[in-house]
Amino acid sequence: MEEITQHDLLIIGGGAAGLRAAIAAAEVNPDLKIGIVSKVYPTRSHTVSAEGGLAAAIKDYDSLDQHAYDTIKGSDFLADQDAVEYFVQHAKEEIMQMEHWGCPWSREKDGTLAVRAFGGMSVKRTIFAADKTGFYMIHTLFERTLKHENIKRYDEWYATKITTDQHGVTGVIAMQMKTGKLHAFSAKAIIVCTGGAGRMYRFTTNGGIKTGDGMYLAYVAGASLKDMEFIQFHPTALARNGVLITEAARGEGGYLINKDGERFLKNYLPEKMELGPRDMISRAIMSEIRAGRGFKSPYGNYIHLDLRHLGDQLIKEKLPLVREIAMEFAGIDPAKEPIPVTPAQHYTMGGIDVNLDMETSVPGLYAAGETNCISINGANRLGSNSLTDCLVFGKVAGEKAAQEISKKTSKTTAQMKTALEDEEKNIARLLEQKGSESVPAIRMTMEETMDQNAGIYRDQKALEDGLNTLLELQQKLQHVQLKDKSKIFNTELINCLELKSMLTLGEATIRCAMARKESRGSHTRSDFPDRDDKNFMIHHVVTKKDNAMSLTNAPVTITRWQPEVRKY
Amino acid sequence: MAKKVSLKIRRYNPETQKSHLEEFEIPEKKGMTVLDAVNHIKDTQDSTLAHRWSCRMGICGSCGTIINGKPALMCQTFCETDKGSITVEPLRNFPVIKDLIVDTDNAMEHFRTAMPYTDIINRHASLDKEMIQTPEQRKKIEQSSQCIKCMLCYSACPVVGHNPNFIGPAAAALAYRYLEDSHDEIPNERMDSLTQKNGVWQCSFIGECSVVCPKKVDPAIALQRLKTMGVLHVTKALLTKRKK
Ligand SMILES: Cc1cc2nc3c(=O)[nH]c(=O)nc-3n(C[C@H](O)[C@H](O)[C@H](O)COP(=O)(O)OP(=O)(O)OC[C@H]3O[C@@H](n4cnc5c(N)ncnc54)[C@H](O)[C@@H]3O)c2cc1C
Ligand code: FES
Repeated sequence: MEEITQHDLLIIGGGAAGLRAAIAAAEVNPDLKIGIVSKVYPTRSHTVSAEGGLAAAIKDYDSLDQHAYDTIKGSDFLADQDAVEYFVQHAKEEIMQMEHWGCPWSREKDGTLAVRAFGGMSVKRTIFAADKTGFYMIHTLFERTLKHENIKRYDEWYATKITTDQHGVTGVIAMQMKTGKLHAFSAKAIIVCTGGAGRMYRFTTNGGIKTGDGMYLAYVAGASLKDMEFIQFHPTALARNGVLITEAARGEGGYLINKDGERFLKNYLPEKMELGPRDMISRAIMSEIRAGRGFKSPYGNYIHLDLRHLGDQLIKEKLPLVREIAMEFAGIDPAKEPIPVTPAQHYTMGGIDVNLDMETSVPGLYAAGETNCISINGANRLGSNSLTDCLVFGKVAGEKAAQEISKKTSKTTAQMKTALEDEEKNIARLLEQKGSESVPAIRMTMEETMDQNAGIYRDQKALEDGLNTLLELQQKLQHVQLKDKSKIFNTELINCLELKSMLTLGEATIRCAMARKESRGSHTRSDFPDRDDKNFMIHHVVTKKDNAMSLTNAPVTITRWQPEVRKY
Repeated sequence: MAKKVSLKIRRYNPETQKSHLEEFEIPEKKGMTVLDAVNHIKDTQDSTLAHRWSCRMGICGSCGTIINGKPALMCQTFCETDKGSITVEPLRNFPVIKDLIVDTDNAMEHFRTAMPYTDIINRHASLDKEMIQTPEQRKKIEQSSQCIKCMLCYSACPVVGHNPNFIGPAAAALAYRYLEDSHDEIPNERMDSLTQKNGVWQCSFIGECSVVCPKKVDPAIALQRLKTMGVLHVTKALLTKRKK
């Protein structure tokens, strides 16, 4: 391979957002040289584990306004309403597009698309493919990319740097994991689609690869991060290991039960019960556990998700993965026994700050999917909006980037050579460096700190302590010694780079959480239990200034829906 | 003292090109999977150990290895300690890169032969309305669309062992899945592709692929049907040619 490989468009990440962006760009211009750099084979991306479904107002009884309002109310009024309006308007066509591409959505008897109920959605509008929606989507999208000869994949390549000059992006430096060699890719535009950063936490539904790399790379390249304090905790993860039990289990009629055999949500969300939004249900479960009404176990306290009344037939047909997970990982047949569940980190609402074209403040740098923050999710995302988000805004990013590229002439790449050499030196130094610290030890302390100090409930003291620990860990990382000195598939080296990303993103999360002295959506401050619209109808924006984090505010866009008390 | 679990892991050092089995002991934990055990070893005993994993819920297809002699997903296999120590080795039929990591790049390319898409040109049909697919039509692709591309079947297939250019079980199952899809528009092009030299003909019906498949896709049946479809397709093509 040449030292510098030329591409028009480079996409970092091969999840739903990245693949959708690639196809969109290829359709705009079949002559574009498009590259997808992904640290795993695209079908291993965490999109594959999405279970429940994706939202769009497709039925006659539904309306765009209703979907928009539900989303905005779910966001605790922190979503940007122009973005939400665009989102709901384009959701349906993306569902149909996927259908044309062969995505096997589940069907009603008459062959039309089936929909199911989801938390915080006022009507049934979640389209699904059994309870393996993300799996079917990512494979359909991946397979579709094989059709386009101008999409070249770099599988198991780890991006370590986004390079820029005074005019904007110039390219990406990435390491081919099987050789350990770094390469430079020049590009006229870059789309970051690297997913969320859930692995900052120990107890999470996220796969091992969700380490927020792209957020970090974009931040270092000069883009801003937004609303990092908002972390979603999913109410029902398998108590033993955090594997997700989809909300569809409640959408299909499952109950949440405490130790006393009570459907306790009647005391919290009597109207919505199990179909309330995630932030509220997670808090309710924590309250029950704190009041001693949870079940005890060696791996922590939990409550029951009871599906027995749904019957074997329905479970097999509509929730096969839930059944498989319960049987495989907990030895439980959900038709016969309730499933032990507890809340776990699930989604990063915050991310790379982008405008409606998905462009960051760095010219030519775009972001789509869970890694960005437009924001349609505000302080709390509604379940099943994200897969749609990846499609709708992945397409926007791909199209906009492709259109912009056509106007550009090729860039000089002299500066990339230096960037490549610098990066080679950095990695070599890391491999040779001696010290007393280890990657797993730092990682485990970080996870513990995030769980304890930046979890469902937060307060000033816990956040301050958490921040101090993270800053210490950042120092320790400087003195880490890798045992694996080899170049070829050095997973310890990769874990170390991922850890560096997460320690920075954790710091951003806590700094934003400290600044937000109110409770809104997923962000619950025990010391400031109320929402404070007067002072906090704002986004938090984090930017790198002189090697430190600078925190500023940005306004929330309101088009038609004024903030109101969020009651269900 | 807590009970111990013993794992024998095949290590491969790409620099010396030597491989050996290394034994590790870790405390037993109830419900521990082989992946939990390997991760525990990497975190606490030997951070140089290399393996792939992500979802830990049997859906991303990263963690395929040979466990006690059989291709299996590490995250879906429990540590059964009563059977003595557990042996974990890299998948067969692939070049080993390091420890448990094998090179599947070449095999992944076979999915192209399956032409796994519904049309070739960009269609600009209206996206206002859905295309009907009845539950019966959907059922036809239910089984064959479950593949997670974990490559266990390539590791089990003796034909792949002899001829790495054979399209292989997963790619064939994928082709079958699209051929059976009521939205498919390119059955002829796909059959052309599948009936090339390294296509479906190579399969010798040993059926190990279906035995090891963690998602019960049954590539063996798919291949069998594809061969029948292939014979018809080739005969038809010959007849049309002769008419011309
Ligand atoms: C268990 C679970 C279930 C879910 N269920 C639902 C649901 O039912 N409905 C819904 O709407 N949402 C759901 N979500 C959320 C949704 O699945 C995700 O937000 C979405 O799939 C994210 O897609 P993405 O394309 O942004 O990122 P991902 O799918 O996470 O992909 C990230 C990509 O970036 C690449 N990458 C990362 N770092 C690097 C690097 N340094 N170099 C190169 N490549 C890199 C990775 O290789 C990967 O290809 C669920 C989430 C989880 C965890
Ligand atoms: S880790 Fe994803 S299949 Fe095992």
